[in-house]
Amino acid sequence: MVLVLAIGDLHVPYRAPDLPAKFKSMLVPGKIQHIICTGNLCIKEVHDYLKNLCPSLHITRGEYDEDARYPETKTLTIGQFKLGLCHGHQVVPWGDLDSLAMLQRQLDVDILVTGHTHQFKAYKHEAGVVINPGSATGAYSSITYDVNPSFVLMDIDGLRVVVYVYELIDGEVKVDKIDFKKTGTATSHSAH
Amino acid sequence: MMIADGIEDEEKWLAEGIAGIQHNAFYLHRAVDSNNLREALKYSAQLLSELRTSRLSPHKYYELYMRAFDELRRLEMFFKDEERHGCSVLDLYELVQHAGNVLPRLYLLCTVGSVYIKSKEAPAKDVLKDLVEMCRSVQHPIRGLFLRSYLAQISRDKLPDIGSEYEGDGDTVMDAVDFVLQNFTEMNKLWVRMQHQGPIRVKEKLDKERSELRDLVGKNLHVLSQIEGVDLEIYKDTVLPRVLEQVVNCKDELAQHYLMDCIIQVFPDEYHLQTLETLLGAFPQLQPAVDIKTVLSQLMDRLSNYAASSAEVLPEFLQVEAFAKLSNAIGKVIEAQVEMPVVGAISLYVSLLTFALRVHSDRLDYVDQVLGACVKKLSGSPKLEDNKATKQVVALLTAPLEKYNDIDTALTLSNYPHVMDHLDAGTNKIMAMVLIQSIMKYNTCVSTAEKVDVLFELIKGLIKDIDGTLADELDEEDFKEEQNSVARLVHMLYNDDPEEMLQIICTVRKHIMAGGPKRLPFTVPPLVFSALKLVRRLQGLDGEVAGEEVPATPRKIFQLLNQIIEALSNVPSPELALRLYLQCAEAANDCDLEPVAYEFFTQAFVLYEEEVADSKAQVTSIHLIIGTLQRMNAFGVENRDTLTHKATGYSAKLLKKPDQCRAVYACSHLFWVDDQDGIKDGERFKLIFRHNWT
Repeated sequence: MVLVLAIGDLHVPYRAPDLPAKFKSMLVPGKIQHIICTGNLCIKEVHDYLKNLCPSLHITRGEYDEDARYPETKTLTIGQFKLGLCHGHQVVPWGDLDSLAMLQRQLDVDILVTGHTHQFKAYKHEAGVVINPGSATGAYSSITYDVNPSFVLMDIDGLRVVVYVYELIDGEVKVDKIDFKKTGTATSHSAH
Repeated sequence: MMIADGIEDEEKWLAEGIAGIQHNAFYLHRAVDSNNLREALKYSAQLLSELRTSRLSPHKYYELYMRAFDELRRLEMFFKDEERHGCSVLDLYELVQHAGNVLPRLYLLCTVGSVYIKSKEAPAKDVLKDLVEMCRSVQHPIRGLFLRSYLAQISRDKLPDIGSEYEGDGDTVMDAVDFVLQNFTEMNKLWVRMQHQGPIRVKEKLDKERSELRDLVGKNLHVLSQIEGVDLEIYKDTVLPRVLEQVVNCKDELAQHYLMDCIIQVFPDEYHLQTLETLLGAFPQLQPAVDIKTVLSQLMDRLSNYAASSAEVLPEFLQVEAFAKLSNAIGKVIEAQVEMPVVGAISLYVSLLTFALRVHSDRLDYVDQVLGACVKKLSGSPKLEDNKATKQVVALLTAPLEKYNDIDTALTLSNYPHVMDHLDAGTNKIMAMVLIQSIMKYNTCVSTAEKVDVLFELIKGLIKDIDGTLADELDEEDFKEEQNSVARLVHMLYNDDPEEMLQIICTVRKHIMAGGPKRLPFTVPPLVFSALKLVRRLQGLDGEVAGEEVPATPRKIFQLLNQIIEALSNVPSPELALRLYLQCAEAANDCDLEPVAYEFFTQAFVLYEEEVADSKAQVTSIHLIIGTLQRMNAFGVENRDTLTHKATGYSAKLLKKPDQCRAVYACSHLFWVDDQDGIKDGERFKLIFRHNWT
C-alpha cells in the first residue's frame, strides 16, 4: 500500500493566501510516501511545505511558478503503475480529453496527472487513467467558475489504485473514491 | 567601632562568640536545673553579652543571634514556672532590669514581658508599650534591629486583637496596631541608618548587607496584615497613612522600593483598590532612583488578577475610577522624574495598557488613551534609537492585536498609527509583519476601503521605501518574504458589495503603485486576480445605471486592470504582464466585451513581439496565447482571423523545429472550434499549414 498525494495549482500568494485550514490539519508529515505536484505553487515557501510533508516530491512547471527549473513533464514508476505528470497549460485545447490522451501515449504511462483547469477529474480514457487534482486552494481560474479547493490521494496496491478525492464544499471536507484496476496492459475502472 | 573587613577575621570572631554562648549556656542550664534564679540571670546576662559585638556582618550576627534565641526560649519556660524559682512575674520584671548592660537587660526584659503578658496580670497593651519604648535605648543599627525583631517575634501571638485572649477593654485593636507601627517605624529608621555606620564601604557590599536584613523590617507589615481587627477603615485611616509617612520620610531608595513592594504584596487587593489614591500619591514623593515602574507594574498586575478572579469585582474598579487614577499617577511620575529614560516611561505605559486590556477590555477609549499618552511622550523625545525602548513600543502595539484577535479593533484606535509613526523604518516593518500575521492567523477580513487605507498606511514600511532605506539594501530572502506577505494580505481584503469592493481595489492600487519596480511583480498579480473575481461577480450587469457615480461595471474594472498591468512595464516584467493580459482577455470574453478582449490580446502580442526574447519563454508564451485564443467565442470573424493569423505566424517562427511543429499543430485548434455555430474551417487551415510549412 503506497500513498501518493496528487496536488497542485495552489497559486500562493498570487491568487490565494494559503491552503485551507481544514486541509492543513489533514496533511501531516510521515503518512504519505510520494507527492506529485502539477505545478503553480508558486513560491518557495509552498515547495518547502510540501517537501516537509514528504521528501519524495515530484513537481512539474506551471506557467506562474517562481522556480523555472521544474521540468515540463515527469514520469515515475510506483509499484505496478507508471505515472506521468505535466501541468497542462502546454496541452491545447486546455482540458481536452483527446489531447491529454495524446500526451499520455507520448509519455507511455498508465496514469496521467495534470492540472491547470482547477477542476477535479478522474476518469478512464482509452488506455489509461487521467487524474486532475484540481486546485488545493480553490484559486481563481479563467476556465472553471466556482472552484472548490481539492486534492487527491492515491492508494496504490498491486494492480489496483484507489483514488480518493477531498473537496472542501461550503466549509466541510467531502470525500469520494474511485477504483481503478490494471489488467495486463489496459486498466479498467469502477466508480463509487 | 571597627566593623570586620577580612572574612577570616569574621569567622574567627563568630567562632569566639558562639564559644562564649555555649560556655555560658552550660552554666545556665545547670542553674536552671537546680532552680537557681540568681545564677540563671547571671549566666543568661553573660550569654547575651556576646550579642553586644559590633564586629560581625549581618549575616554572621544572625547566626549568633539564633543561638542566643534558642537559649532564651528555654529560659522563658523557666521564668514561666513560678513554683520552681519562687519569684512573681512582677518581681521578675523588675529584677531583670538590674542587669549591667543595656542589651542583655532588654532581651531579658522582653523575655519576661512575654511571660508577664501570658500571665494576664497586666493588660497586654501596657506591657507592649513599655517594651517598645524601652528598646529605644539601643540605637546601634544591627543590634537594634535584631532586638526589635526578637520583640516582634515573641509578641506576635500576644497582640490584643479582636477575638484574642489578650483582648482588653477599650480600643484594643488600635493598641495592637500602634505597637506594631511603632516597632516598624523604629526598625526602619535603624535600617536606613545602617549605611552611615562605620567607615566608608563599597556600595554594593553595603546594599547587600542591608538587603539581608530587609525581611526583619518587612515582617512588621506582614503582622499588621494578619491582625484580625484591622479592617478597611483602620487600614485606610491609620495603617496606610502612617506606613507611607515613614516610607516617604526615610528618603532611602532601598527602603522605599522594598517597602512599597511589601505593602502591595502583603495587604489584600480590595484594600489597594479602595486606597488607590493615597497609595499612588506616595509615588511621586519617592526618591528618583527608586525603580517605580516595577512597583507600579506589580500593583497593576495584582489588580488585573483580582479583576479576573470574579465578575462581581469589576464594578468596584469602575466605582473607584481605578484606571483614571493609575493613568494620572503614571503621568505624574513621568513628569516628576525628568531623568527617566524613554524606555522606562514606555514600559509603564505597557503595564497600564495590559491593565486596561485585562480589566476594561470593552473600553477602547481607555486603550486609545494610553496610546495617546505614549505618543505624547515619544513626541517630546528624540527619535527612538534605543533597542529596548523599541521593543517596548512593539509590545505596546502588539498587545491590543492579541487581545482582540481582530485587526478591525486595532484599526479604530486613533492613536495607533501615531505610535507607529515614531518607529524607525526597520521596526515599522517588523510591526507591519506582526499586523499581517495577525490578520492571517485569525482569518480576519478587512472589509472597507477606509480600513484598508488605514491598514496600508500602517504597513507602509513594506509597501514603499521610507526614510531613506532602499529596497536594494535588503537581504533578498527577507524582501521576498515581506512582499509575499503583502501579496497574501491582498486576498484578505473583501466586501460583498461590489461598489465597496471596487473602492478597496482602487485603494490598494493607490498604495502599491508607490512601491517601485522591485515590489510590483509581487503586488500587482494578487490585485489583478482580486479584480477579476469582482468582474466575475458582476458578469451580466453591463449597462450604465443613471446616477452621479458610475457604479462598478466590468468595463470600468477592465480599464483599471489595463492601467495596473501597464505598470509592470516599468519593472520590466513582460512575461508576467503577458499572462495577466491573457487572463483579462478571457474574462472580457466571458463578459461578451469583444473590443476589450481584442485590446488585451493586442497588448499581449506587442509584449510577445517586443519583449519576450528567450526561446523557451517564447514557446510557453505562444502556447498560452493559443490556448487562450482557442477558448474565445466573443470574436467576430475578422478579429478572430487576425489574431489566429498572428499566432500561427509566430508559431512557425519559433527557434527550434520541434517547437514549431507543436505550436502550429496547436494552432490547428483555432480553426476548429467545437461549439454550436462553430467554425470548422478545414480548408483554411490546410492552406495556412502548407503556407508555413514547406
